[in-house]
Amino acid sequence: MIIDHPLLGPRDASEFVYLGDASLIDRPNPDTEDASHAFYEYAYLRDNPAGLHRELWFHEAGDRSWLVVTRNTETHEITKVEFAKDVARLAGRSL
Amino acid sequence: MSSAKNRLTGGQIDHSQSLNFSFDGRRYTGHPGDTLASALLANGVRLMGRSFKYHRPRGPFSAGSQEPNALVELRNGALREPNTRATTAELFDGLSATSQNRIGSLKFDVLAVNDLMSNFLTAGFYYKTFMWPAAFWEKLYEPVIRRAAGLGAMSEKDDPDVYDKGFLHCDLLVIGSGPSGLMAALTAARSGADVILADEDFKLGGQLNSETLTIADQSGADWAAATVAELATYPNVRLMPRTTVIGAFDHGIYGAVERLGDHLSVSEADKPRQILWRIYAGKTVLAAGAIERPIAFENNDRPGIMLASALRSYANRFAVAVDQRAVVFANNDDAHRTAQDLHAKGVQVIVVDVRPDAPMSMDFEVLRGAQVINTTGRLGLRFVDVQLQDGSTRIIECGALGVSGGWNPNVHLTCHQRGRPVWNAQQQAFVPGDMPAGMLVAGAAAGAMSTYDALATGVTAAAQALDLSANLPDVPAAENAPVEITPFWYVQGASRAWVDQQNDVTVKDVKLSHQEGFRSVEHLKRYTTLGMATDQGKTSNLLGMAIMAELEDKPIEAVGTTIFRPPYTPVAIGAFAGRHREQEFHPKRLTPSHKWAEEQGAVFVEVGNWMRAQWYPRSGETTWRDSVDREVLATRNSVGVCDVTTLGKIDVQGSDAAAFLNKVYCNGFAKLAVGKVRYGVMLREDGIAKDDGTAARLAEDHFVVTTTTANAVSVYRHMEFVHQCLCPDMDVQMISTTDAWAQFSVAGPNSRHVLQKIVDQDISNDAFPFMACANITICGGLRARLFRISFSGELAYEIAVPTAYGDALIRRLMEVGADYDISPYGTEALSVMRIEKGHAAGNELNGTTTAQNLGLGRMVSTKKDSIGAVLSRREGLNAPGDLRQVGIKPVNLDDKVPAGAHLMNAQGPVDATHDQGYVTSACFSPTLGHHIGLGFVKDGANRLGETLRLVSPLTDVDITVELCSPHFVDPEGERLRV
Amino acid sequence: MKYSAFQVIKQALRGHKGWIPAWRDPEPANHYDIVIIGGGGHGLACAHYLAKTFKQKRIAVLEKGWIGGGNVGRNTTIIRSNYLLDGNEPFYEFSLKLWEGLEQDLNYNAMVSQRGILNLIHSDGQRDAFIRRGNAMILNGADADLMSTEQIKRKYPFLNTDNARFPIQGGLAQHRGGTVRHDAVAWGYARSADQHGVDIIQNCEVTGFRIENGTCTGVETTRGFIGATKVGCAVAGSSSRLMSKAGMRLPIESHVLQAFVSEGLKPVIPGVITFGAGHFYCSQSDKGGLVFGGDIDGYNSYAQRGNLPVVEDVCEGAMAIFPMLGRARLLRMWGGIMDMSMDGSPIIDRTHIKGLYFNGGWCYGGFKATPASGYAFAHLLATDTPHPTATAYRFDRFEKGLMIDEKGMGNQPNLH
Repeated sequence: MIIDHPLLGPRDASEFVYLGDASLIDRPNPDTEDASHAFYEYAYLRDNPAGLHRELWFHEAGDRSWLVVTRNTETHEITKVEFAKDVARLAGRSL
Repeated sequence: MSSAKNRLTGGQIDHSQSLNFSFDGRRYTGHPGDTLASALLANGVRLMGRSFKYHRPRGPFSAGSQEPNALVELRNGALREPNTRATTAELFDGLSATSQNRIGSLKFDVLAVNDLMSNFLTAGFYYKTFMWPAAFWEKLYEPVIRRAAGLGAMSEKDDPDVYDKGFLHCDLLVIGSGPSGLMAALTAARSGADVILADEDFKLGGQLNSETLTIADQSGADWAAATVAELATYPNVRLMPRTTVIGAFDHGIYGAVERLGDHLSVSEADKPRQILWRIYAGKTVLAAGAIERPIAFENNDRPGIMLASALRSYANRFAVAVDQRAVVFANNDDAHRTAQDLHAKGVQVIVVDVRPDAPMSMDFEVLRGAQVINTTGRLGLRFVDVQLQDGSTRIIECGALGVSGGWNPNVHLTCHQRGRPVWNAQQQAFVPGDMPAGMLVAGAAAGAMSTYDALATGVTAAAQALDLSANLPDVPAAENAPVEITPFWYVQGASRAWVDQQNDVTVKDVKLSHQEGFRSVEHLKRYTTLGMATDQGKTSNLLGMAIMAELEDKPIEAVGTTIFRPPYTPVAIGAFAGRHREQEFHPKRLTPSHKWAEEQGAVFVEVGNWMRAQWYPRSGETTWRDSVDREVLATRNSVGVCDVTTLGKIDVQGSDAAAFLNKVYCNGFAKLAVGKVRYGVMLREDGIAKDDGTAARLAEDHFVVTTTTANAVSVYRHMEFVHQCLCPDMDVQMISTTDAWAQFSVAGPNSRHVLQKIVDQDISNDAFPFMACANITICGGLRARLFRISFSGELAYEIAVPTAYGDALIRRLMEVGADYDISPYGTEALSVMRIEKGHAAGNELNGTTTAQNLGLGRMVSTKKDSIGAVLSRREGLNAPGDLRQVGIKPVNLDDKVPAGAHLMNAQGPVDATHDQGYVTSACFSPTLGHHIGLGFVKDGANRLGETLRLVSPLTDVDITVELCSPHFVDPEGERLRV
Repeated sequence: MKYSAFQVIKQALRGHKGWIPAWRDPEPANHYDIVIIGGGGHGLACAHYLAKTFKQKRIAVLEKGWIGGGNVGRNTTIIRSNYLLDGNEPFYEFSLKLWEGLEQDLNYNAMVSQRGILNLIHSDGQRDAFIRRGNAMILNGADADLMSTEQIKRKYPFLNTDNARFPIQGGLAQHRGGTVRHDAVAWGYARSADQHGVDIIQNCEVTGFRIENGTCTGVETTRGFIGATKVGCAVAGSSSRLMSKAGMRLPIESHVLQAFVSEGLKPVIPGVITFGAGHFYCSQSDKGGLVFGGDIDGYNSYAQRGNLPVVEDVCEGAMAIFPMLGRARLLRMWGGIMDMSMDGSPIIDRTHIKGLYFNGGWCYGGFKATPASGYAFAHLLATDTPHPTATAYRFDRFEKGLMIDEKGMGNQPNLH
């Protein structure tokens, strides 16, 4: 596979390391009452869609950025690549 | 000068040169341009192999890579290559081949007895028998079956050849060099695009080399040669003959195998036998042509019976008449071209055409509305029985029978991303359906069967791929006959009529499969083994499906489609491995003191990809224990030095560095003073211990984090995840500096004395106490880092210098330490000392243990959020009486404590349900004079002093042990602080 | 019809006219007591044990394509019970025992071939871990044998013991492990289930569940609604897709695992060998093909195909320890979709919806589990209590912190 890095251009997927669903960005608030259940769902449950999947890849043999790649799990076609940092900020993550 | 009896003149071979070769020990001659099959046929040899199951005598069925029958063992000794297709093996001088899958000689194969029993050995018979008595399967039935199984034999010797890998990039990859491929390449080449033209054959030109038809005013072969010559003049074109594109992978990446040495008597020195290329193609034109398919009839597998197009290839390209008398059995017009070509070469031909309206010929006899109903000839075809239109039978004597049931577009690569071909009723064939992104198909592979259409679609495909509209090459004049075919798959009433020749699947088997309910294409394939042979059913799949369709009374497309998987043709496993084999399987990472350690005669051990000194034997020491015990005692009694560069080092900087570490470590780091080091435990988000190490605060905004050797990479990745994905606005940057600093542990009561000799600053206990850290200089100005941390439990330091100075530093340390008898120690002594001290390492941090299990539960701060904190509080990870790390010592001090042993209560049953825990690490403690261990025991912290039974049934150990504190040496930690 | 050598001879002499379909092709009924979704190994095994052992009636297996077309027909055919953890080892040992009597139970020769499995050891740490595992196996009533390098050399002379990047330092063997003819497992269970009255309905895709007041009352299919008192799902690889129709999210990701077979070769490799310092394992089938594989590709996928880097990685592993394989040819590669669970272990449990039961999360170890999985799922469906060897395979183990993590990789499925 080839991942089109937002800055560095098309790179072979073997430069990257896969983690999983980009929902891992949405780490729950640890201070709420149902934090334990929320963390269980965060850590363990997945949509696991057949179709478009937003997922985290780390450019380990490159610039060491985490990317959110939108990829079709049935065809492997990649339609979007973003910096995870940007996605995280849009999701309201900061410090 | 050719003396071979079936050799014709002309063709694409060099008659002026002779090549000597042997088959089954007999010597023959052939010519450059021959394959092993063509050269043997020229010499009158039709019998080349035996089939898989019935051991039927077999000869070449094709003249290409779709070959099911003519498989041989090529070359000798360690170079022996089983299952090599004689039809693609390029002849070289000295070639030696042996027939395979036989007991006895090829002519008298003992296992041919299977053929006599074939009525009992029908599809799937083995599922119905060999069941009683149960124990007999492994003891009796299976050994007999395995003895007969397989085709060729491996040499059982290490492959002596070299393989390589490479990467290529192009705008357009053209697969196949027939008329469509050449035109596609030419179109792209003239546009200036980067083009790769790959063909599995050693001679570019594809089917044109096997034809007599003309293009423009030239013979097809001459036109091909001229076009190839033109292509060779373009700097933007790479011509790759002998290169099979084996698979279409994601995003335009193609695998290809180039054979550089297979046609040479001896591989050229320093050149690989084969190269696996990964081709990154902007676009691809698949111009892989078509493969002729057979018709099934009784005894259609004898040597001499082959695809009609093979007879044509052998005659036109290889200048071989398989026999002077030939019959062509067909249902289509194209096969009549075969007859015409054979006639032109002086072969006496009769065409048997199932169509009552088949075209007649002035040159040869055509039997319209006739069918071949049987053949005879034990080791090769002698007679063909033909049922004429009027129902009478005519027996024709001949040694060659060409069969043509039509042509199948070669859609193999279009299926590699699970695209399914679609049925074309006019052509009675599957043509490409869904295709990999970026692939276009041209020529016969796309169903464009005439030469003109092939040329024309080659141009249009390349133009479309590269978005070209102007300056396209003109399409030269060529034949443009439509496909004339009447579907005909098998002769009614035939039963021992082969569908899959190699695997001996007959029409009868397909019928039985249907009768027993195995009707979907996949069930048919799996139940009968149709299409599972080394040819992947290139000539048999569709035939089997067509028979099933008839039995099901459904159209073929309703029965299913054939789908092909990579590789296109089988690939040597060595080619996929390239140079990554044996010692070069993985790279070796060496520590900065490696060269010095080698000089000391160190024994090295693989730790991941690192090579680390395991111990340093001295003369007089007879076992590894002698060396390790000495190194431990030398360190504990005076001073030792150990290269610990392999521990991961991560440099963390920024105004939020402390807050960040507070997040990734379960224990607090916010308040760590500058100039201090703290031990830290990282949890995974699921609350299990991930790694442990230290973080040293060199400045308000600067930490150096260490990780275990094994987790150096994954911890860094994890920290970047936490930063970039969870707290992107934190002002923190990090970089892995594992290889940038050479780091040594200097340990033992005299370590300070030794270090003070090279450290420029004061490192007295007051100036540089336990857990201090600092940027320092050594040897009068070299920058270095010093950490007063200890894994061994002794007064100890870790000193780091830029890697380039690592070798110098170890030499200097040994020099200045000589007064204290400084001793280098390896990973074994390191491990012994950490077990004696009760420090956890990889065996304890095994991915299932919590901080509580490790006795570090109090480190998990409840005052702050950190990765893993929430889920570490789950009930299952905090059950009363769960595992705690303990020390283990034998009650009988002579007993050895083996790691991996399990612990049981002193009284009571010994089984899994009564398991109390297990030993994680163990060693002989030279300090204590007996074996010790660390382990996890249920409620272990409250059971110190209790006697348990230690069992290792695997290694036959059953002893009594006592649980104790894991801190065997200096439990109060006084030595660290002196 | 009973299969036997006698039957084969009898039918041969009568022109094979007497063979009947291995299973019927029934129309679906309006209602069943138990509907199993998924005509793979586990679903068919479950149906067999439900009907034969647990004496249940009115059972159907619904298969969207053709039976045995999923992972039971696309795997490397290995059976073994060399597990470490208490939650797993008794279950897999139960499975191995069922394999040992399978052919007589089914009257179908699935060629259960106990030629052994050997895990090679390449480091001291690995040896410690394997000793712990071998002891766990023995303490659970299974067999295990620690082999020395010398013993391994004698039995497998073609292994690279002299020039390896990661030298072989022994191995943990389970001599009762081995291989089975995978397709025959599906067919044997199907035939037996059919003979015990189970309706096997192919080309019948479940498109939804009918759930009324928290109770599952049947399934919508491409062949109409089929009512059921209990519905069991056994569609590993597609678990998330199916259960999402019941509104469930699972602790599972779907990943592609590639596997490979070589051309037919005269038998050389006696059992299964697993390379402990890379991703490679290999056996040789009774037909002569080397059957081998390695690691998953590592990214979520439903595509049933993989990519070159893993192919190369596996073959590099092959050439690291079997340099004789260089000239053997890889014939075919394929990919299966694995239900990779969050701790590497499966789930056999009720769901929060009454009448709806789940079996999945087999990672790439599902084939060897087929008999026990079918048996345990049948036990659960028939008695509403978990089978004693499968009590740990619960949904709530993740929330409670009772993971069964053999490899210690945590909640990252592609590392299991």
